[in-house]
Amino acid sequence: MTTRAMSSEAISDSGASEPGGDPALNDTNASQVVARPRPGTDLSGSARARLPSRLEQTIGNAALPLIGVGVVLLLWAAASATFASSLPSPSKTWEVSRLYVLEPFEKRGELDQGILRFTWYSLQRVTKGYAIAILIGAPVGFLLGMSKLFRGSFDPIIQILRPVSPLAWLPLGLVLFHKPEPAGIFTIAMCSMWPTVLNTALGVRAVPQDYLNVARVLKLSRAKTLFKILLPAALPYMFTGFRLSLGIAWLVIVAAEMLTGAPGVGGFLWQEYNALIYEHIILCILTIGLVGFALDRLMGLVEQRLRAA
Amino acid sequence: MSDLSDVPILALHDVSKSFGTTRVLSGVSLQISPGEVVAIVGFSGAGKSTLIALLAGLERPDQGRVTFRGRELRAPGPERGVVFQNYSLLPWLTASENVSLAVEQVFAHRPKAEQRAQVERFIQMVGLEHASARKPGQLSGGMRQRVALARALAADPEVLLMDEPLSALDALTRGTLQDSLERIARESGKTIVLVTNDVDEAILLADRILPLSAGPAATLGPEFRVNIPRPRERRALSSVPEFRHLRSSIVDYLLGSKRERRASDAATQPS
Repeated sequence: MTTRAMSSEAISDSGASEPGGDPALNDTNASQVVARPRPGTDLSGSARARLPSRLEQTIGNAALPLIGVGVVLLLWAAASATFASSLPSPSKTWEVSRLYVLEPFEKRGELDQGILRFTWYSLQRVTKGYAIAILIGAPVGFLLGMSKLFRGSFDPIIQILRPVSPLAWLPLGLVLFHKPEPAGIFTIAMCSMWPTVLNTALGVRAVPQDYLNVARVLKLSRAKTLFKILLPAALPYMFTGFRLSLGIAWLVIVAAEMLTGAPGVGGFLWQEYNALIYEHIILCILTIGLVGFALDRLMGLVEQRLRAA
Repeated sequence: MSDLSDVPILALHDVSKSFGTTRVLSGVSLQISPGEVVAIVGFSGAGKSTLIALLAGLERPDQGRVTFRGRELRAPGPERGVVFQNYSLLPWLTASENVSLAVEQVFAHRPKAEQRAQVERFIQMVGLEHASARKPGQLSGGMRQRVALARALAADPEVLLMDEPLSALDALTRGTLQDSLERIARESGKTIVLVTNDVDEAILLADRILPLSAGPAATLGPEFRVNIPRPRERRALSSVPEFRHLRSSIVDYLLGSKRERRASDAATQPS
């Protein structure tokens, strides 16, 4: 029964990424579709095998994204030249942002710093919130996965807290901590915790009964069963949760900084909006996107490593 | 010590077990003496795995009692080692780490060097020295089952319970492993309960064979003693008259139980 369900899932997945045969598109599709680890089905491998040839794939990998970027730049330039006159053109954006990009770590003043320096502040904040999310989320996920009592009691409340927007948590954080910095970290933690909680719980519940029987026959203590059986068996699922959590943490940082005015990419974005320097809004958006993409890829690599081992 | 050998090491007393509304085992009694090798043969789905789970203590009976050395069995423990049908190796540990998990647990009080030696000895016993650093995913089915066997034996159990240990393997690997099992059973002198659907395998390995009638509500049939001297040679076995006689009697019994089951099903469920 389960194998059947799995294979039909795999079929629908590869079916979704097939039309167009565009390798770049396929790639991003695959990374989004695989929200849960599915040991045994090598999705990327089967998707790749269907592609026409190696050469075409290499060219496609390099060229097609460039074409996409080019098209978007053209549309952007056309829009700013015609109907959206307040939207800075690509060239204007570059001119105004140049200093911030070419001297990325420069600190000229509290609110006037290189873009990577701002990014660094944001990343530090994200790291703190994310670390709290994982330190709380993973154990809660374990409890949720292991104890029926705990699951019955707390699953409903988790389902209710999960969809709450960062914009709603932040004021509560300010009330609780009186300062913007811990309030922002609190918001990041509250929002990014849930994928770790839920995927860990899923992973713990998916641990095969056979492994637990081995633990029972050997009379492993509770702690040993946890660290030698449950944790390693659930780890691939947990990492999927970690990855999704990091994505959310990065998403939330901008909102948190915008509302608190803390120095960082989000804070810079909001300040430049108020200062009417719209080019920097675009610079910030691009930076946020690129950093988010890089973080996701990084976690993806770690995840792959883990699953191959 | 001498009177201990009269007491069955492991016994089922009129045991019944149901899952949901399906009665899997009904009124099963079984006594296993220390040092003997008992094979339980039956059709797939007859409740053989349930029987092993009861003997291991992984399941509790609905009715009747399971005793280990005369005392009621309430929980699983390393003194009854289990070789599971699907190996149940931990995929993130290497072959020797899998064995080591059991050794470290059972011989926790012994020095590390001694534990390592124990692991190596049993990896060697099943002929896997060359593959000890590989993970289960990099091993063939036969090799995985050897690791599982090494893990169970290295914990030095008083009874070794094997749940269709070779049924997932191809015929050639299966034959080779049967020979290994025959040797290991003989050399270790362990009490072994082997559940299998292969009558030849049962005759090769066992002192005593008990057929399990076709399920549901399976029960054990009359015992067949195997008096073929050891060591037994798998390929030479087919020419032994006793082998052919035993084989046809056991197969006849099993097929008979299945016909009876069908007949009673037809009688109770008129179309």
